[in-house]
Amino acid sequence: MNIVVCVKQIPDPETPASQFAVDEAAKRVIPAQGIAPVVNPYDPQATEAALRLKDAAGEGRITVVSLGADSARDAIKHALAMGADEGVLLSDPAFENIDSFQTAVALAKAIEKIGDCDLVLMGRAAADWDMGVAPQGVAELLGVPAVTIAKSMTADGSTLTVERVLDDGFQMVEVDLPAVVSISNEFGEPRYPQLRQIMLAAKKTVQVWSAEDLGLEAGETGEANRWLPLEALYIPTVESNVEIIEGDSPEEQAHTLALKLREAKLI
Amino acid sequence: MPGTLIIAESSGGAAAPVALELLAAARALAEQGGGAVSALAAGDAALGRTLIEHGADAVYLTPAGSLDAGFAETAAAAALATREAADADIVLMGQTSLGRDLAPLMAFRLGTAAAMDCMALTLADGRLRATRSCYGGNANAEVTWRGETQIATLKLKAWDALAPDAGRDGPVTAIEATGEQRVRVIATEAAEASGVRLEDADVVVSGGRGLGDPAAFGALEELARMLGGATGASRAACDLGWYPPSQQVGLTGKTVTPNLYIAVAISGASQHMAGMSGSKNIVAINRDPDANMVQVARFAVVEDYKKIVPALIEAIKKLD
Repeated sequence: MNIVVCVKQIPDPETPASQFAVDEAAKRVIPAQGIAPVVNPYDPQATEAALRLKDAAGEGRITVVSLGADSARDAIKHALAMGADEGVLLSDPAFENIDSFQTAVALAKAIEKIGDCDLVLMGRAAADWDMGVAPQGVAELLGVPAVTIAKSMTADGSTLTVERVLDDGFQMVEVDLPAVVSISNEFGEPRYPQLRQIMLAAKKTVQVWSAEDLGLEAGETGEANRWLPLEALYIPTVESNVEIIEGDSPEEQAHTLALKLREAKLI
Repeated sequence: MPGTLIIAESSGGAAAPVALELLAAARALAEQGGGAVSALAAGDAALGRTLIEHGADAVYLTPAGSLDAGFAETAAAAALATREAADADIVLMGQTSLGRDLAPLMAFRLGTAAAMDCMALTLADGRLRATRSCYGGNANAEVTWRGETQIATLKLKAWDALAPDAGRDGPVTAIEATGEQRVRVIATEAAEASGVRLEDADVVVSGGRGLGDPAAFGALEELARMLGGATGASRAACDLGWYPPSQQVGLTGKTVTPNLYIAVAISGASQHMAGMSGSKNIVAINRDPDANMVQVARFAVVEDYKKIVPALIEAIKKLD
């Protein structure tokens, strides 16, 4: 079974709010000083899902694809260190500040170029923009079905049985391959790259493809051609209405808090 | 004048709360010159009548079950046919299991975009502009659409349903559509409730890395039990193995919207805020007055939690 896993490098979602800054004129997030970008927290689960299917099938090839700046290599390296076989970095100045829809177009082109793909896996959403539209988008562009927010799955020949997480429960679905599946954080702990794997990963190939390599036209890429133009990006003003509970002792503070909560009918 | 189509989900034949919220959002757009409000629902005429009374000008009905979670392909066929019939250039749905799939599926089929989980909508010169939260709640983005059809999912509980008006009237008609459903739904089951589910709890007491000690969760559990609530934890605390990952609140954990959220020794990184910023009232117990959690709280105690939590338990006992 040949699987493509899509991963993304994003600003660390653990960045304290006090260090989060936005360039409102450029409509971009200013990278926090000294806080390295990380692999989108949902993505290692997608890689884990691919590895489990490959292990069960006993054969296959896992290709990791990431669209981003050169730093996105780290997201690819992480998946390679977990056990994926090869990587492709989609990198081009024309990809800067494109939206999730343009990204889906580029990913679909890359998957077609890789060829012979039975299954595409990705995290349920990228935690930076939190849109979650790429799984359906890539599937639609490839002309295959999508199953989203999977917590477990098994393959039987060319049929995939997937357990999905719903807002208020769970759902079992079946789909014939090829297909696109997005993976939930409930999928389970991704394996931790071992030293030997990390060393092996350094020897694995990471190809770099440009917009031209993917056959993308100028009108399909670039910030100016977003499907969902970004008109403004800003840090919302938090009307801090916080009431600090004072007191001469912790007991007094606790007592005052309890009274306030009771008054507000919260307890 | 093109109008707005809402996708009205229902449960057991009754309109889902989000369906009525969508109607309220669509009526607000109509008042800004947005044209007629149509609704697509899966059910009978009584459901159609409810939607008319809550703000729809016309209702299109598709067979029961065709807008259920997991049936996005069936739903897309019905929604695309209804969009044509109703001449809608705005399509709104809830950020639900169905909406998360249906919005991008429709968008890609129409070659347009979908803005997900929007919390505000405005209309200017007949075109939609949406505000949505990103970067785990650290930033807001305002977006418009390049394509003609503007699709958006709306954040749950961000609009208030309108009061029903029995005097409202409008056509309720069936819509025919068939779409290939390649994803086969085998079974759908409701989540089991064991004790108070974190996601359903009215009160959530959560602890973070700042606790410094996994044993501290004992006191948080006691406080949660007294208040009839559930106990949660930040990712940092779960990663340290201090609390089960199933109780993690945040971006990669559960999303909770309790009436009261008590955050103990949690600074408020966006990873955590993403899972609890919908809480109605936040209490922060934190030694750092500048912590993000203190800033967003309604009440905060700036003191060592080790002194405050036991005292709070005693103080609440004395209230009763």
